[in-house]
Amino acid sequence: MKVLVPIKRVIDANIKVRVKADESGVELNNVKMAMNPFCEIAVEEAIRLRESGRVEEIIVVTVGPTQSQETLRTALAMGADRAILIEADPAPEPLAVAKLLRAIVDKEAPGLVLLGKQAIDGDNNQTGQMLSGLLGWSIGTFVSRLQVEDAVVRVTREVDGGLENIELVQPAIVTVDLRLNEPRYASLPNIMKAKKKPLDTFTPETLGVDVSPRIETIKVIDPPSRAAGTRVTSAAELVDKLRNEAKVI
Amino acid sequence: MSILVIAEHDNTSLRPATLNTVSAAVVLGGEIDLLVAGGNCQGAADEAATVDGVSRVLMADDPALTDGLAENLAPLVESIARDYSHVLAPATTYGKNLLPRAAALLDVQQISDISAIESPDTFVRPIYAGNALATVRSLDAVKLITVRTTAFDAAGQSSAAPIEMVSGSQEAGLSKFIGEELTRSERPELTTADIIVSGGRGMQSSENFGMLESLADKLGAAVGASRAAVDAGYVPNDYQVGQTGKVVAPDLYIAVGISGAIQHLAGMKDSKVIVAINKDEEAPIFQVADYGWVVDLFEAIPQLEEALDSPSS
Repeated sequence: MKVLVPIKRVIDANIKVRVKADESGVELNNVKMAMNPFCEIAVEEAIRLRESGRVEEIIVVTVGPTQSQETLRTALAMGADRAILIEADPAPEPLAVAKLLRAIVDKEAPGLVLLGKQAIDGDNNQTGQMLSGLLGWSIGTFVSRLQVEDAVVRVTREVDGGLENIELVQPAIVTVDLRLNEPRYASLPNIMKAKKKPLDTFTPETLGVDVSPRIETIKVIDPPSRAAGTRVTSAAELVDKLRNEAKVI
Repeated sequence: MSILVIAEHDNTSLRPATLNTVSAAVVLGGEIDLLVAGGNCQGAADEAATVDGVSRVLMADDPALTDGLAENLAPLVESIARDYSHVLAPATTYGKNLLPRAAALLDVQQISDISAIESPDTFVRPIYAGNALATVRSLDAVKLITVRTTAFDAAGQSSAAPIEMVSGSQEAGLSKFIGEELTRSERPELTTADIIVSGGRGMQSSENFGMLESLADKLGAAVGASRAAVDAGYVPNDYQVGQTGKVVAPDLYIAVGISGAIQHLAGMKDSKVIVAINKDEEAPIFQVADYGWVVDLFEAIPQLEEALDSPSS
């Protein structure tokens, strides 16, 4: 079986983002970029499926600016077999990304699409679900356990009330959550090898997909900041403040 | 304008998130229909009819809808949605799972997790784990929106709207519900609790979380956790507060042994009052805390319980 793993290049999760002075967005220049953490988990799971013999080939795909190649190379260094870059700058909205991914699914015919549950930039949490709708495929979201069988995929989903187990008919789409696995680091020899792995490039035009925005960003601002708090030094003082100053207990 | 709100429910009763989502619809203004799609869901529909602001309850009752599978629900939403200017669902795991699939079927770019409504087509939503707020305008004819439930008060329940049956669902045959492992607790639910006591890696073990539970019970509070505590296996996944876990905004949030990673702050920094208890005075949690106490939590918690027992001064 082939697995398709869509991934995204985002600001590194450890970097504090800065809103631009003109309120047009978040500063991306000279900021450390990295693979979205949920995407790393999806790549790792695909590699583990190949190691267990359930999967023959792992294709990673991303939609974004030219520099997204670096993110694809990272996935190749982790162990993916080949990569596809759909060049689009700025990166399109989730619905357009889902349409671009559908075009790649039509070409590659994977049995499973594994992707992160959300990207930590836009926090949209949409792409996998939208792709499932466009393709009419089964979907398991927020997955923390996954088992690929011959005709079905069994998943455990992290839902608000606890855990839910469902069974998906293949081909299936699975969006992964934090506790599915711990992604590996790429070794130096694998980073070198990754440079020689195939990387194809498409554009929305060559795939025949309209990526015109449906959402207009009017402004992006800092959230209201909280006023500086006070320190307490005893339980009695804390309880007194909560009772008589904040009046919350 | 006419608004369709998708109710989250367990077939017998509504989930509280539904009430906050209806309130967001009330802010938009216009006729509000509340869709209860389930199997043997008369109980949930009856409760839906009591929600203030709702004009009609639409009830779709079909075995294929019992377990909330998106493959079976999304075509139903698609078939109904075109009659409305807005379709709203809570930004819970239920709404996040369902609505984007319906949006794709409708060829609509959904707007996720709105925290404010500026006009019928313009909304505010947090991005980058709440480190920025984006104001966005939807250019689609029908707006599909998930609602951050903590940003809108719960609607009251003193009305009596009519219930109408709708159909259009069918078993897609794509997925099957096998079972669930839900956390049972006598404590208030995390997302609706007035007070939350939350623990982090500093708790060191599952057993030590018992201390927090005892404190929580004294306060009538819910118990939450940071990702680190969940990853370490101290508590189940549904305790997690943060960017990708639950977003909470109680009157009082007591963070115990939580360092305060931005991903955690994203889930709780809209709380009215924040207390941080941590022995590391450099911990980032203190930057958002109204009251900070630099102390070993294993000394602090018993003292706090004792102080709570003493009469108010």
